[in-house]
Amino acid sequence: MTARIGVVTFPGSLDDRDAQRAIRLAGAQPIALWHGDTALRGVDAVILPGGFSYGDYLRGGAIARFAPVMETLVDAAKGGLPVLGICNGFQILCESHLLPGALTRNAHLHFRRRSQRLRVENTTSAFTGHFDAGQEIVIPVKNGEGRFVADERTLDALEAEGRVVVRYVDGNPSGAMRDIAGISNAAGNVVGMMPHPEHAVEALTGPSVDGLGLFTSVIAHLGQTAVGAGSS
Amino acid sequence: MARVLVDVMLKPEILDPQGEAVANALPRLGVNGITSVRIGKRIELEFEGEPDLDQARAVADALLANPVIETFTVYVDDTAEAAETGEESPA
Repeated sequence: MTARIGVVTFPGSLDDRDAQRAIRLAGAQPIALWHGDTALRGVDAVILPGGFSYGDYLRGGAIARFAPVMETLVDAAKGGLPVLGICNGFQILCESHLLPGALTRNAHLHFRRRSQRLRVENTTSAFTGHFDAGQEIVIPVKNGEGRFVADERTLDALEAEGRVVVRYVDGNPSGAMRDIAGISNAAGNVVGMMPHPEHAVEALTGPSVDGLGLFTSVIAHLGQTAVGAGSS
Repeated sequence: MARVLVDVMLKPEILDPQGEAVANALPRLGVNGITSVRIGKRIELEFEGEPDLDQARAVADALLANPVIETFTVYVDDTAEAAETGEESPA
């Protein structure tokens, strides 16, 4: 059965269409979800896309966190639903306390847009099973507030528990602590990352097709959990 | 008027590149005695009736500030009341 992967559109989302396209190219069915609607429409996984939800007013993700769809999504994520937050989606996951830490203004104050080399450090999350540990991939990064920060204790715990999913190599675009580009929750079903895998799924438009791996990984992950648990 | 103010500041250990940029611009104004600049936000909450400080604190904690990186202080705006009193008794 084809996996159904939801993409939430908030007012100010920019990359929801690209995320839907990436899902389709990976072989799943994209399902449009709406910020003002609590229904998750029976999806098997959810992508929170990049952009500037609610204009990034107050702080990136701060107002999106209180969107009706997030009430349902937070519970579903705690129940094991795979959720990937990309860029603004990562900010929303941190603001929702599904992931620790926060994303702050880039240390150099500049908006950074470039093809970024990353190292996949965790291949057990719901979105990284198709990569090899230590594999280097190239995915676009584009943000002004992408600097991951957390207190030392949280950073040490993330490292010790293997929850740093992707790390910047060949230069840190934001000044993120410990070069962290993406992390997961303890269960591994919730992943947030600043770089945009949905922009690296076709040779014509991306610097690579490495981003596709995150989408095919979750589809494979859903296949396994469906066999194990009967249904998701 | 029942106005409650919420000051939101980045925690001291959180880098404030905005403040640093301003601090670095000061010598161009000929100002050299200021060693650090930190930039925060002030939010003004107008209450219909009596200000509810507990409610304001709850709003600050849940939405106005992100306690992971920011601290906040909540207080009643005395200056607005003082200004009003001042206007009421000019003589």
